[in-house]
Amino acid sequence: MDDQIILRLAAKTLIPFILVFALYVQFHGDYGPGGGFQAGVIFAAGFVLYALVFGLRRTVQVMPPWVTLACGAAGVLLYAGVGVVTMALGSEYLNYNVLAHDPEHGQHYGILLVELGVLITVFGVMLGMFYAFAGRRSLDG
Amino acid sequence: MEVVLDVLSWVFISGGLFFVVVGAVGVLRMPDIYTRLHAAGMTDTMGAGLILLGLAFQVDFGLTTARLFLVYVFLFVTSPVSSHALARSALIGKVEPVRTAPKETP
Repeated sequence: MDDQIILRLAAKTLIPFILVFALYVQFHGDYGPGGGFQAGVIFAAGFVLYALVFGLRRTVQVMPPWVTLACGAAGVLLYAGVGVVTMALGSEYLNYNVLAHDPEHGQHYGILLVELGVLITVFGVMLGMFYAFAGRRSLDG
Repeated sequence: MEVVLDVLSWVFISGGLFFVVVGAVGVLRMPDIYTRLHAAGMTDTMGAGLILLGLAFQVDFGLTTARLFLVYVFLFVTSPVSSHALARSALIGKVEPVRTAPKETP
């Protein structure tokens, strides 16, 4: 099982493109198919591929489990925080119009931030679930 | 010109569909994992490649063509690697290839 050179090389080559593609899906969500959910899953899939080829131990070194849990919470915090900010600016919860001088720009920023929150949460939860299933034997905690 | 492009595109797409169907039949009919992988590999390389080529003739040359090309490059890298990984794990899992001749079916 040592000489998985083809798998290792392919994974090493592909993972950066998978991560960039996730960001493409993320930022394309404003204009077409895509968005935070899909992007988060694709982003997590890059790490899952790394774990499948290089082993869980090395993946945990790159992305420790507590970071995924923190991501899962931080995304929700960002999402809800945008809502609180719009309330603080004197409007309804998650009414993006007040985020910028121009309501259209406000909508743009609001959706961007909220989708970023979705991306972070989905990424954290997906990878956390993967760790929980894959690491039951070798890692505790 | 439009008609020529359409005809070319449909020829390529039909060719691709032919390979996909042949690959599917092969996956169903072949006796063991290695020969099935061989059939499935046909779907990935020839089938998907020809369909993407046919689709490329349907759009104006530009960004969409580049995207189709990227999809092709991605498939071109990933599908042989996944076939390789499957065959390799089958080999490590000591799956014996079928060596006997197929029985005559009446």
